[in-house]
Amino acid sequence: MAKQIADFKLIAKEDYGRSVLLRLRSEQPLPDIAPGQFVQVRVDGSPTTYLRRPISIHDVDFQQNEISLLVQQVGEGTRHLAQTETGTYLNMMLPLGNGFTIPEKREKVLLVGGGIGIAPLYYFAKVLVEKGIRPTLLLGGKSESDLIRLADYQQFGDTFVTTEDGSIGEKGFVTQHSIWQKQGFGKIYVCGPKPMMKAVAKLAAEMGVWCEVSLENLMACGLGACLCCVEDTIDGHVCVCKEGPVFNTRRLKW
Amino acid sequence: MVNTKIDLGRGLVLRNPVMTASGTFGYGEEYTDFVDLSQLGGIIVKGTTLHPREGNPYPRMAETASGMLNCVGLQNKGVQYFIDTIYPRIKNFDTNVLLNLSGSTLEDYVKGAEMIDALDKIPAVELNVSCPNVKQGGMAFGVTCAGISQVVSEVRKVYHKHLMVKLSPNVTNIAEIALAAEASGADSVSLINTLMGMAIDAEKRKPKLSVITGGLSGACVKPVALRMVWQVAKAVKIPVVGLGGISNATDAVEFMLAGASAIEIGTANFIDPAVSMKVAEGMKEYCERHGFERVADLTGALEV
Repeated sequence: MAKQIADFKLIAKEDYGRSVLLRLRSEQPLPDIAPGQFVQVRVDGSPTTYLRRPISIHDVDFQQNEISLLVQQVGEGTRHLAQTETGTYLNMMLPLGNGFTIPEKREKVLLVGGGIGIAPLYYFAKVLVEKGIRPTLLLGGKSESDLIRLADYQQFGDTFVTTEDGSIGEKGFVTQHSIWQKQGFGKIYVCGPKPMMKAVAKLAAEMGVWCEVSLENLMACGLGACLCCVEDTIDGHVCVCKEGPVFNTRRLKW
Repeated sequence: MVNTKIDLGRGLVLRNPVMTASGTFGYGEEYTDFVDLSQLGGIIVKGTTLHPREGNPYPRMAETASGMLNCVGLQNKGVQYFIDTIYPRIKNFDTNVLLNLSGSTLEDYVKGAEMIDALDKIPAVELNVSCPNVKQGGMAFGVTCAGISQVVSEVRKVYHKHLMVKLSPNVTNIAEIALAAEASGADSVSLINTLMGMAIDAEKRKPKLSVITGGLSGACVKPVALRMVWQVAKAVKIPVVGLGGISNATDAVEFMLAGASAIEIGTANFIDPAVSMKVAEGMKEYCERHGFERVADLTGALEV
């Protein structure tokens, strides 16, 4: 699948406090994009931001040549991206990395998202539903404001929520939710902060359930050339940008 | 019509002066969706050592103002793996494929060079005596005249094609080091490798890199690199290949004017994967605009 580099026009923005949803349209047809893949966005006009920023693909509309990104402002680069004015262009490289493994139709699937890690699960859930698979979603955050677009996620399947402050859903971490006692799953997919992903991976391993996680190591090139974003695996150091960002947890030395 | 050909000697002839720097372009394969390799003078593939290396732990990268630090630490699968697995995939690229060879002992350099010498489609080796990220690494050889003389003269005995020596900027007098490389049989020198640097996370009171220090590259190093190319080009008779922060054709022309015969593009490949091709085109356009019939005529054309 050929990668492309293109200017995307920012056509709409939705403000979610610390995060912002960017809807971007290309003049040229989009390449095939698998759920879990990401883009590298060039950050123009920020003197302290030199490298592109890897952002997971939140949603895709092939009819409109549109991509949505959910950007959390964590530093100067992402803050600059969040402040992009509607009507201006962002230069993006895409699609990068490998997406989530598409499950068999009969499998019971759980998608676990934490914080901004819920972002790629939107497009993944949408694709699963298109394929006739109705996933269960378990989304966690520090408080209610972290659960961006919750109602939109709920359309894809049964959706359970935890917050650390108990402002919505069950109080605690995703690994503490009562769903784990009540239901079994054939495949678990996780995206969120590393400690949370490790905790879910451990739980999955204890239950003997197949599990994939999506990593977000610091990266430079996004193409597997610079070897900066490596994760320690049973095959040695491998690039998250090229061999990931999605990994089966059995491959990781966690 | 501008003649873009560059002859660096001992069989290394470039279609144009633009090569991609080792460690920033993988094995070329990673970039073929963005770059027509036949539009480049050459690609220099990832630093390779005789034995496989896992490199340093994560995190290996820290962004800086107009640049980045890395401490990858020469992660690679070794010369034999390159010969068996990678070389067959890339040997027919329509450009010069150079291999960057590094080592931690003299014997490793010599053995590695001997093995690479046997590969028909590799016209040159870039000898890396300047990696700042490996404990007993190449840089130990690259920071003294005695060290560089030893490694270059020993490799010269077994390597019969074009031998380019990549110099470290982390020295007191780079021209002396370049002269030592030249006297020991180098066909050309390339400079600069990364500048040793460091980054700290003040909030966490921790270093940002796993091994604390790393090599600085990107636009921020350009003035230092340009000055060193100028100093070295005045000192040596062999061709100088300039690199360090080149991000566009104007930067590349500046290195040529300072005395470089060819240039390499490194970190800029991360920001625009197609930049190398654009630089080659832009240098040609510069020559047309300024009445240079040959790109090679830019070398040392600085008016002082």
